[in-house]
Amino acid sequence: MRLVISSVSGEPMYEQIKQQIRSAVLSGELKPGEALPSLRKLARELRISVLTVTRAYNELADEGVVQNIQGKGTFVMDKGSESMKRQLADRARAALADAAAAAKAADIPLIDLMGMLEETYQQE
Amino acid sequence: MNVMAPFVATSSNATTNGPGNLMALSVTGLTKRYKSGFMLDDITFDLPAGYIMGLIGPNGAGKSTLIRLILNMTRRDAGSIDVFGLDAIADEETVKGRIGVVFDANCFIDAWTVGKTGRAMRDMYSAWDAARFDDCLRRFGLDRSTRVGALSRGMQMRLMLAVALSHHARLLILDEPTAGLDVLARDDLMDLLRDYVADCEAGVLFSTHITADLERSADLITYITGGRLYYTGPKDEFEDSFRIVRGGPDDLTDGLVALALGIRRYDTGFDALVRAERAGALAAASRTGGHVLVVEPAGIDDIVRLTNMPADIEEGWQS
Repeated sequence: MRLVISSVSGEPMYEQIKQQIRSAVLSGELKPGEALPSLRKLARELRISVLTVTRAYNELADEGVVQNIQGKGTFVMDKGSESMKRQLADRARAALADAAAAAKAADIPLIDLMGMLEETYQQE
Repeated sequence: MNVMAPFVATSSNATTNGPGNLMALSVTGLTKRYKSGFMLDDITFDLPAGYIMGLIGPNGAGKSTLIRLILNMTRRDAGSIDVFGLDAIADEETVKGRIGVVFDANCFIDAWTVGKTGRAMRDMYSAWDAARFDDCLRRFGLDRSTRVGALSRGMQMRLMLAVALSHHARLLILDEPTAGLDVLARDDLMDLLRDYVADCEAGVLFSTHITADLERSADLITYITGGRLYYTGPKDEFEDSFRIVRGGPDDLTDGLVALALGIRRYDTGFDALVRAERAGALAAASRTGGHVLVVEPAGIDDIVRLTNMPADIEEGWQS
């Protein structure tokens, strides 16, 4: 997995870690059941505090993106989990908003847009 | 007005993903008075095993006194010090065996070789592990036949660390270990410390003025100033707790002065340190006024600098 942490972005490091892991999970780069790097390994490699990584992992666990298993590590939750579904739905809705805006700009009527959506959906 | 009121967070909730409650070091109500009038006043903090704690504060804040008290080099007036649950005075011998120390200056005999230094340690520590010492020498690139006095500052520090690691110390106390080291040696040391605590059986307390080392490697911060504890807890929460507010000379209202924990004033403006929860309201209020205040995250250096510049003192030596 790719993690690029900036020390000058002004964004707290735990937020950067959360965001990048979240998007790796959503993009499928991190598969359900896959283990995240261990807390201490990641802290050592990025040369940041263990507590920073702990906070990121704990907050991702609270969101239902990952799961801490005592003594074993942190694992990506199954996609069936409610929160993951919700996030994926939000992502779909955001993409549809973009599509709708583009369609409006091109004067494409709703009925045609729906046809396009159906066609695309069947292809996937 | 007491602008230096201690601000202490507990680390208990931040370590839920960690190793549990094994305390490498517990300091409670530690007090030491000197005839000069200086006093280390009621210091309390915990360092759980598995973590690295940075001890910070300006010169004269009491950092070295605190370290000397933990090592029993100075008699305390009140309070208790526990190392892995053992009292540092009642169980002095056992506790000394569990503590490894790295000072900012070489504490071995210059004329001895590295090998002879190691042999001398065998008599000092009952838990001395000669094989481990050899292993450390190899890892640190130390040659047994080199005289201690001929080692560079970084290599002398490594030798002290090798000794500490070879008597199976579980609490490592380092006083300014990175002073005088180049960036590569500092990275190397920080990696070593991270490995050292990785099994959650050991803790590290190190004092430093080099905040870059803390930013990268400390999990917890204990900040003392003027002999008092100002903060102890997770490093991230320490930085998140404060904001820097900057503005021009006319923007420094009485309300802001009252809120500020410290202010640096200069001809063209000021830097003020405020609690993070106050910063949002300040920024919003400034937008309705003429000038917009700059509100920024505070780094460790900013916090140390500004908490030592009380807001209600107009003329500091800086102006």
